[in-house]
Order: sequence, then structure tokens, then C-alpha cells
Amino acid sequence: MNPDTSLGNAPVFAVKDLDVHYGSSLALKGVSMEIHPRRITAIIGPSGCGKSTLIRCFNRMNELIPGARVSGEILYHGENIYAPGVDPVMVRRRIGMVFQRPNPFPKSIYENVAFGAKINGYKGDMDELVERSLRRAALWDEVKNELKKSALDLSGGQQQRLCIARAIAVEPDVILMDEPASALDPIATVRIEDLMQELKKDYSIIIVTHNMQQAARVSDETAFLYTEVDEKTSARWGIMVEFGETSNIFTKPTDKRTEDYVSGRFG
Amino acid sequence: MWRNRASAFLIISAIVLTLIPVALILFQIALKGASTMGWTFLTQSLPFSVTKAGGGFVNGLIGTAIMVGLATIVSIPLGILGAVYLVEYGKKNWLATLIRFFSDVMTGVPSIFVGVFVYTALVVRFGYGAVIGAAALALIMMPIIIRSSEEMLKLVPLELKDASYALGAAKWQTITKVILPSAAPGITTGAMLAVARAAGETAPLIMTALGSIQLVTKLTGSPISSLTLLILNGARAPYEAAQARAWAGALELLVIVLVFTIVARVFASRSRLSR
Repeated sequence: MNPDTSLGNAPVFAVKDLDVHYGSSLALKGVSMEIHPRRITAIIGPSGCGKSTLIRCFNRMNELIPGARVSGEILYHGENIYAPGVDPVMVRRRIGMVFQRPNPFPKSIYENVAFGAKINGYKGDMDELVERSLRRAALWDEVKNELKKSALDLSGGQQQRLCIARAIAVEPDVILMDEPASALDPIATVRIEDLMQELKKDYSIIIVTHNMQQAARVSDETAFLYTEVDEKTSARWGIMVEFGETSNIFTKPTDKRTEDYVSGRFG
Repeated sequence: MWRNRASAFLIISAIVLTLIPVALILFQIALKGASTMGWTFLTQSLPFSVTKAGGGFVNGLIGTAIMVGLATIVSIPLGILGAVYLVEYGKKNWLATLIRFFSDVMTGVPSIFVGVFVYTALVVRFGYGAVIGAAALALIMMPIIIRSSEEMLKLVPLELKDASYALGAAKWQTITKVILPSAAPGITTGAMLAVARAAGETAPLIMTALGSIQLVTKLTGSPISSLTLLILNGARAPYEAAQARAWAGALELLVIVLVFTIVARVFASRSRLSR
């Protein structure tokens, strides 16, 4: 895949009529949205509404779950990543991901950052890449003298920034963050949020969060997902209720359900 | 209160009861083996006449080393690959179910059956030899390695695999660079225990290696001895000197198996996954 990334403000992702099934049950129905470059897009909604399912569609991580099936289109710089013949491995090399719980490999700090570059056959100066990535993730100053130390000896917040550095080292242009701060304390959370503002200058960021204040603080655009229930079969699936500028979603939502959620009436 | 004490008493007596025979075995082997054990025993083969004292079991030690070594070289890679298939590829398909079922059956099969099987399949055609004995030992080791490695591979957290895939690693890269290294200490433990088990096998070797009183280093075409076979022969012989050598051989084997088991435990305690 060699998408043209020089299109200025053309959307990075265009999602069209996305449905996700796990086995025979519908998990997410009819999602359409656009992700714009160098902006932070938040995905919010109550538990079980399919936020994680949605974000895992952007780098084809869902298909690692047995029985998961995606229909519809996700255009990445105009190219459908679900088209036949597209290798999910190549998609994931362009679109980085940070997970809910920090998940560094049980290797050294250096090895963690170098991992992605190594498997992708990076030819440049690895020391330089590791330093650059750790600097961008605001972790360099804390670990520069102990790069050989096991990543598991770092604190939770440091581990999560290491995971961000590890994702950056592959040189993606999008970073997906699935509740990146939900396992962290408030101070570590603020550091991650500050870091996101820095990263926004070069990357498009999509973040799933169950924390509305966080969405309001960090994001430029917000998608609100909600669970629909079939009265007869009590089957549940997620739909996207509203998508727009974060300030609009939080101050003048057009849908009653969005208003109830952001004003804290349920969730 | 008295129920508590009574059950504690029962449990402790049960433990003591099981430990008594183990302690007696260890004590008796150490006691009876020590007098014959020494440099001569460890470095020499059987004396010209087995009725005489002196000599040792080095031919058995070398036979055991060759056969267990060959069996290890074959069964460890195959066993680990089998386990990787079960965990990462097969999961619940019919082939994986079949492999799992037969591994379980094989771990429970009396080892003499393995000897009989290898005898009819290989010995009748190629004769006795180290490679044939090793084949029997490999058949005994393989299911142990497959099932213990499978358990270790299953313990590798999904989060680590996710991290690897999300960085654009292909499945084989995830397996070789993340899953196997994470599970390595546990896999090593299982492999060591399988080696210890093979080193202590007698029955399958009777029918495949046959045994020899001479030092044999040929891999094929000649019967070869093992520590266990020499212990068996010595213990059955009506001569005091032969029986004394059997005791020393038992002590030697005991120490070898113990070392492997202890090393296995050390690896297990180092495993990052069990923390």
C-alpha cells in the first residue's frame, strides 16, 4: 500500500456503512464517519456500545478474534483496507495502536521500541530511531541511562508511554488509542493527555474513552455511540448516534440520547 | 476446633507416610551405592568377568547419553512445533483434537508397549541399536513435551500477541519473537522433565537397545547399553560384585535425574509468566 499522504486536509479515514458481527450476533451497525488528519477524534459511549470494536476496525485487529466479520468500507487515504488482497499486516504497519492496559514485551526498554522497526526490516540507525521515538513519547529523559533494563520494571504510566514510543517507532501516520489512560493514575493520565496534544502535530489520533471529561479535554471531534436493543430478542448492538466537533457534541448536541449521556444522566 | 486439628493431623500423617518410602529409597541407594561409587566406577566399563569387583558403568552412561541425546534432539523441536500448532493454529479443529487425544493416551501408555511397538516396527528390520533405542525414548518424551509446552504457550497473555500484531508483525514473527521467548522458561522446564524421564526408562530399551557389556559408540547396527539396563542386569546377577555395581549405578542415575529436575525447577521459578 502506498497511499498518497500529501492530500492536505482530505480525510485519513472514511468509514462507510460499517457493520461488525461476532459469529451470528451483530455488534456494530451502520457506522459512517470521517477521520481528519492531525486531529484527535474521540469515540465515547456507555459500556458495551462497541467503542473498542469500532477502533479495532481501523487496523484490522478485529479479525484476530475468531468469528469476527466486518462488512462495509474503511477507506484509508482513499483505499479500502478491507478490499480483497489487502494484507492486514501492511495495514497495521501504517496504523499504530496503544491498548487499554500497558502491554510492553518482557524485553528491555530498547528492544521494546526497536521491535516493530526490526520486524519491518528498518535499515537506518536503530539507536537514533529508539532515541527519537522515546523523546517523542516524552520518556527519554527518564530512561536514557537504563535502556537495557526490563520494560516490566517501569511504572504503569511509563510503560504506557513506552507503548506509545513503540508504536511511533514504526512511523505510522495514525495512532489508535483504546482507553489508553484507564489503567493509570491521574498524574500519569495528564501526562498521556499532554503527550497526545504534542503528537497531534504529526499524527491523526483516534481515542476510545469512557471518560467524558477526557474526551472534552483532548479531542477535536467526537463520535457518540449508543446501544440499541431489539425488544423481541433482547439482542444488543452499537450504533453511532452523533458525530461532530467536540464543542458541539458537548454544548449543543442534536440528539436527545447524546444530551442525556454528556450531561451525565446515564453511562 | 477439634475437627480442624484432626484434619491437620491426618494431612500431616499422610505426608509423612508418603515421604517415608521416598526417604528410605534415597537413603538405601546412597548407602549401598556409595561404597562402590568412585572415579573407577565413573570412568571404566564392566570388568572382563562380571563376577569380579571393580570396573564401572561408563558404557551405560555413554549409551544413555547417546540415546537420550538423540531422542532429545528429535523430540524437543517436534514437540514444541506440535504445541505451537495446537495453540496458535489448530485450536479446536479435528487435527488438534486428535493430537491432544493421542498425546494424552501416549503419556499414559506403559512404556513397555512403546518398546514392543518399536521392536515390531524397527528392530525386526534394522536390528538393535542406539538410534532405535532413541526412537523409543523420543516416543515417550514427545507427548510430555507437547502437553507441557502447550500449557506454557497458553499462558502467554493475549495482550502481548495483540501488541505484536498491532506493530505489523506477521503471525510467524509473533510466534518466534514474542510467544516462544515469553514461554521459553516454562517450555525448558517441561523438556528437562522429559529428559529426566527418558534417562530413567528401562522397559522400552530392553526391546530396542538390548544392552551390551562393552563400550559402544556406534549409532546403528550394534546393541548398546544404558545405565538402566546395566542396573537391571547387575541387580539380577547372583554375584555380590555385580549387585554392588548396580547400587552404584542406581546412585549415579539418581543424581543425574535429580540434577535435571532441579535445573528444571530453577527455570520454572525464573519464568516471567508465572509471576
